[in-house]
Amino acid sequence: MTTQFPVTSGSPLSDGETRPTEQPLLEIRDLAVSFTTAAGEVKAVRGADLTVYPGQSVAIVGESGSGKSTLAHAIIDLLPGTGKVTGGSIQFDGRELVGLDRSEIEHLRGRDIGLVPQDPMSNLNPVWRIGTQIEEALKANGFQGGRRERKERVSGLLAEAGLPDAERRARQYPHEFSGGMRQRSLIAIGLAARPKLLIADEPTSALDVTVQRQILDHLEVLTRELGTAVLFITHDLGLAAERAEHLVVMFKGRVVESGPARQILADPQHPYTQRLVSSAPSLASRRIQVAHEQGEQSGELLARHADQEATRVPDVVVTRNLTKVFQIRGARPGSSVDFTAVDDVSFSLKRGTTLALVGESGSGKSTAANMVLGLLEPTSGTVEFDGVDVSTLGTKELFAFRRRIQPVFQNPYGSLDPMFSIYRSIEEPLRLHGVGNKKQREARVRELLDMVSLPQSAMRRFPNELSGGQRQRIAIARALALKPEVIVLDEAVSALDVLVQAQILELLGDLQDELGLSYLFITHDLAVVRQIADSVVVMQNGKVVEHAPTDEVFDNPREQYTRDLLAAIPGARLEGAELAG
Amino acid sequence: MLWYLGRRLLQVIPVFLGATLLLYAMVFLLPGDPVAALGGERGLPQAVQDQIRERYNLDKPFLVQYLLFLQGVFTLDFGVDFRGREIMDVIASALPVTFKLAVMALVFEAILGIGFGLVAGMRKGGWFDGSVLVMSLFVIAVPTFVIGFVLQFVVGVQLGWLPVTAGRDPGFRSLLMPAVVLGAVSFAYVLRLTRTSVAENLSADYVRTARAKGLRRSQVTGRHVLRNSLIPVVTFLGADLGSLMSGAIVTEGIFNINGVGGTLFDAITRGENVTVVSLTTVLVLIYIAANLIVDLLYAALDPRIRYA
Repeated sequence: MTTQFPVTSGSPLSDGETRPTEQPLLEIRDLAVSFTTAAGEVKAVRGADLTVYPGQSVAIVGESGSGKSTLAHAIIDLLPGTGKVTGGSIQFDGRELVGLDRSEIEHLRGRDIGLVPQDPMSNLNPVWRIGTQIEEALKANGFQGGRRERKERVSGLLAEAGLPDAERRARQYPHEFSGGMRQRSLIAIGLAARPKLLIADEPTSALDVTVQRQILDHLEVLTRELGTAVLFITHDLGLAAERAEHLVVMFKGRVVESGPARQILADPQHPYTQRLVSSAPSLASRRIQVAHEQGEQSGELLARHADQEATRVPDVVVTRNLTKVFQIRGARPGSSVDFTAVDDVSFSLKRGTTLALVGESGSGKSTAANMVLGLLEPTSGTVEFDGVDVSTLGTKELFAFRRRIQPVFQNPYGSLDPMFSIYRSIEEPLRLHGVGNKKQREARVRELLDMVSLPQSAMRRFPNELSGGQRQRIAIARALALKPEVIVLDEAVSALDVLVQAQILELLGDLQDELGLSYLFITHDLAVVRQIADSVVVMQNGKVVEHAPTDEVFDNPREQYTRDLLAAIPGARLEGAELAG
Repeated sequence: MLWYLGRRLLQVIPVFLGATLLLYAMVFLLPGDPVAALGGERGLPQAVQDQIRERYNLDKPFLVQYLLFLQGVFTLDFGVDFRGREIMDVIASALPVTFKLAVMALVFEAILGIGFGLVAGMRKGGWFDGSVLVMSLFVIAVPTFVIGFVLQFVVGVQLGWLPVTAGRDPGFRSLLMPAVVLGAVSFAYVLRLTRTSVAENLSADYVRTARAKGLRRSQVTGRHVLRNSLIPVVTFLGADLGSLMSGAIVTEGIFNINGVGGTLFDAITRGENVTVVSLTTVLVLIYIAANLIVDLLYAALDPRIRYA
């Protein structure tokens, strides 16, 4: 045997399929997992097959609820609550894992199979130092050596995971770390005992694209050096195809397709995979662009653009030199430090178009949006709505102004009152603004539900009975209730699965055409921007670094920062290969 | 940290002034004339009454009385009560017993409450959890004096394991049963609080991470579940010390302990304003101190809490 992990350098797509002589590291056959609920047994995984060879990287792709995380957790017996393996087998290194007793599986965890969990914010215990939490992983897995050696090893692991100044970092607590730093610590924990297999459960989906890319690059290098096999769990097809040699697509608890990443991307067989490939924003957008370049199919799109250029559309929202300074409690009592969240930001939103505000978290985009909404007072600068400076409005005029601009927020679970029925949620703004009588309001709610393509019977239901996508539709219906001219969408599709995301974006596009709405679209996801925005404002550290039409930003980014953001879109590196192949 | 401590200690001053003023006003407004009542059925001659009033400053306006009381506090001389005893001595004889009793009750409820709560929370929905929950409901629902009398009769009289009453200068054995009775209700609350907190933390992401690291179950429980679950429990325990001290009156009555409860009750019925206010003030100060300790403990348990 030459090398365990054949790497044609630079190309993660190297076809790792030809390993007939090798013994698989992990072999899952016909696995079934169920949860017992009050309503009966729910089958989360039904007959899944999966093989991972030593040193190979495999990705399980699917939307939330497809059973991909359940499958991964079943391997190391970490199923939540009432979850139980009800059939099939999991062979690891020639050993059957199903039915192992507790101490045997505890012995296996960490030592043979490591886990990098999903959400770095909640996966570290807030009350223990980072170093202590890594040390635990060493102690539990038979690390030979005394206290001193252990401490040194902890710093070594942190440094290896890409944290500079590791010795000092090890003495800090999780809350002193950023999301990216926490994820690096979790990777250090996962790899601490040098496992043969690392399960990475959506390891970066909670992070900004640029950070995500750095961490995944680093993980790739590390696992390649150590010869660790990696099992990725992700909902992002672009990311999966870029990072793994082999893809496994799961849908409703079943593996519907599996094969080399490149092959699945180029020629998806199962209808679900086909849908997934066509709606992955990073890939789909590229298609639009190609079509665009070739002058095909997107004639309509071009026509609309040409239209706008010709008939100088008026600006509906204009911000001039918008600045917001927050005072942050200083190190010493009584002292305070000024923090400029938004720094001299000017942009304009043309009526009937979509302006995307793009940047990483902390770039000030949400603060800017809150000032546009009139929810935050600017420290200096002005927001003009339809030619009127918003800060000059009196209480009554401000109330009227709020009717004309409405928000939709990121988290559809948090922005709907769980105690309000859907009817009450949508009707509330109408009632507050004294629109019509009870009958008219009810008719309007029905009309709104039609607009967002939900059945009218949804009225009597409560938020917890609806899916994330349905809730976001409700939030959009509520925003539309008062017939606003502008809608501010603050990461409105970021929490949704790709397919649902595509549906909501489509809905937003239709509504814009129908009602002549203007959107201020705030997002960290450039792939989404491409699909919906007419022009883009790129923000970094509170400042505007680029403000241009969408096509220009994508085809010809002027600023390095914009280029970094673009390069960080998962799957961006793939497109050339895919289209060429 | 030092700055925080200093600021918290400074906060004691307005709390102390506010509490004493409020207490003094309330006691002052109580109906009835304690001096007139001193003579019983026949009453005292007016001249004697006036003399007593003058001696205890009861003839002066409210605010003057209050300021004179404050002067007494700062010179550590509360004066004497109607029976001629130094009020300082009254407090000194009542407080230690009650304090001992309350601390014993606190230790009892903390150890057993957290222990039972942990096991119940770990096995939520099991038979242990079920029976412990019913037991705790029972303890909360049944009045303290019923539990007290039953325990006194069974353990003290019939089985003879522990002294029936405490009496003068009670030791550990004599106070054991009263402490259990006093802490019973809080024990039930601590148990339920711990149980809920543990059950919630068990499904936390970082607990799963700890298990994925390969830690044994006992390590996961001790280092990750228990410590995080104790944060709300510690808050409750701290606040409870104050309630235990002032709430001991029933228990003290049952077991014949000369503590704060009985003394305070006596002083109220006889209208001994200064005794009432002094004793209550001491309780307030203990309460504040307990809360300060809780806040400091909090920081030790949860590093996210910063003092600024």
